[in-house]
Amino acid sequence: MPDGGLELKTGRGPGLSFGRILLYVALIAAAAFFLIPFFVMVITSVKSMEDIRTGHLISWPRQFTLEAWIKAWGSACIGVNCVGMKGYFWNSVRMVVPSVILSTLIGAMNGYVFSKWRFPGSETFFSFLLLGCFIPFQVILLPMSLTLGWFKMAQSIQGLILVHTIYGLPFTTLFFRNFYVTIPDEIIRAAKIDGAGFFRILWRVVLPVSAPIFVVSIIWQTTQIWNDFLFGVAFSGSGSQPVTVALNNLVNTSTGVKEYNVDMAAAIIAGLPTLFVYIISGKYFLRGLTAGAVKG
Amino acid sequence: MASLTISGIRKSFGSEEVLKGVSLSVASGEFLVLVGPSGCGKSTLLNLIAGLETISAGEIRIGDRVVNNVRPKDRDIAMVFQSYALYPNMNVRQNLAFGLETRGVPKARIKETIERVANMLQIEELLDRRPRQLSGGQRQRVAMGRALARDPAIFLFDEPLSNLDAKLRVEMRTEIKLLHQRIKTTIVYVTHDQIEALTLADRIAVMNDGIIHQFDTPQQVYDNPANLFVAGFIGSPSMNFIPCRLVEQNGRKGAVLKAGSGKSFFLPVERPGLSLQQWLGREVILGIRPEQIAGGFHEQEGNPQIHEIECPVEVIEPTGPDTLVFVNINGREVTCRVNPKAAKAPGQAMKLMVDMSKALLFDPQSEQRIGA
Repeated sequence: MPDGGLELKTGRGPGLSFGRILLYVALIAAAAFFLIPFFVMVITSVKSMEDIRTGHLISWPRQFTLEAWIKAWGSACIGVNCVGMKGYFWNSVRMVVPSVILSTLIGAMNGYVFSKWRFPGSETFFSFLLLGCFIPFQVILLPMSLTLGWFKMAQSIQGLILVHTIYGLPFTTLFFRNFYVTIPDEIIRAAKIDGAGFFRILWRVVLPVSAPIFVVSIIWQTTQIWNDFLFGVAFSGSGSQPVTVALNNLVNTSTGVKEYNVDMAAAIIAGLPTLFVYIISGKYFLRGLTAGAVKG
Repeated sequence: MASLTISGIRKSFGSEEVLKGVSLSVASGEFLVLVGPSGCGKSTLLNLIAGLETISAGEIRIGDRVVNNVRPKDRDIAMVFQSYALYPNMNVRQNLAFGLETRGVPKARIKETIERVANMLQIEELLDRRPRQLSGGQRQRVAMGRALARDPAIFLFDEPLSNLDAKLRVEMRTEIKLLHQRIKTTIVYVTHDQIEALTLADRIAVMNDGIIHQFDTPQQVYDNPANLFVAGFIGSPSMNFIPCRLVEQNGRKGAVLKAGSGKSFFLPVERPGLSLQQWLGREVILGIRPEQIAGGFHEQEGNPQIHEIECPVEVIEPTGPDTLVFVNINGREVTCRVNPKAAKAPGQAMKLMVDMSKALLFDPQSEQRIGA
């Protein structure tokens, strides 16, 4: 960026105009609208129960404590087992990582075929695959649970990985296909004449320019799969429940006093990974979504 | 180095036939240019030779081998694309090496080849750059280098100069010609630019609507076009086509031209070996190139083929060395290429010398050249 590129244009020389002030007020209000609930969650999670009972919803904690976090992570009661969120958190990790990797890699391969190795009927095939983007989760619950049963994968993390991989494919295929369409066909033709085949072109020519769309696919899939509740609750067993299901069970556990601070800490724990993924790679996400032609 | 023989090639995309029976043969070391307007099938023909598309009917031979069902990489060809098609993620060195690596050429040989090619094209200092750091002309050079590195039997060029600006295009054109003179490999070159075709080719195939209209040397294609399409496509500005009736005056056959002023002139059409007896009294199209209508010719004294006419000038277009003068003859706009000093202003009458020695007659029905 050239020098002075960051200088704000205020319309009427230096100083803030009325319109500008109005604009900032509106933006701050909108940001507050989304941030205040999160703020409440964070401050509640570091209060003691005593503090919560006697204080106000948005009052500052009188005493800062991480007790609720420690309890939520290690010993809160989830249903009848008082083991905390940690096991479920790792369940989610064990489910998300392979699902994201598999669905992204297969999506990349699909996109490559649908854009650069079209075959008779490939467009029809692609439209059917896209239909998958629009099928509501609820519709496939019963058939999928039967299928998982046949595969002897019911109530296992492997089963969840399979479901999420399949359900993610329409999206990842669409991402990669639309990205690869922007790679000029002449480059692929040149590679064919240079003697490269299907996999060598993918590996040496196509994948090296695919970083932006990989970021998009990984963020999208991580968010979708980590945040999923319905598949998690329907297809998991007692040892394979993901963190979203655990959070639900923790909050709904009815024995004893309602511990708001633990609930909040648990909710933040459940939400942190997707927040983290977005913060570290959000810049690339936007860039990938708007990535234009790959210029030769 | 190899010859190329194409016989009866047809190609359809769905119900649309883009090549309707194309045959030609290229001798080993020859420079063939396929030229025609866009959509004429020339690029499709090149892709068929490359093996990037499959042919619907016919046969392609490279040397003695029928390659109809041979994959592109096994045809021993290299191709230069209009968009250069360099691999964006690789530097120039890697771009040049890619085709050799896939063929399992030993590392030392690859290094040696790259050095030789880079030296030949003067791109040594670019070897570590990425394509996006190169100018259009440099990319073009690298694309040719990638083809050269492979040392193929046949080079295929698909409109390689179309993306360059005018000045660079002329420079690269000369370089390609020099390159061919040095390596003497068979080249098939596709372009829509007739000047590129004339300057580069040993032989030109003029294509339109999926067929070859003429397959001959540049001079033949220019001087003796087979039909109206070739005559109009080759040459810039285009050949003038003047509809007229063939008549006989004083024992000489010729055309009567009526200038915009109303004056009529008789121009005899006499070419050795051209019998026009059966065309007497019939409508024909007189084809005459702009440079054959001038203010005067060097060796015009006593030349029986040069005739004077007088026409009012309608428009003039100075091009620098010559000025194009537009006049009206037989209701058609006719372009004349005259010396800038001789050009008259619009509205004035101008004496023009017409060199009929290269004038052509075409059949208005079949559009074929009479006597072709």
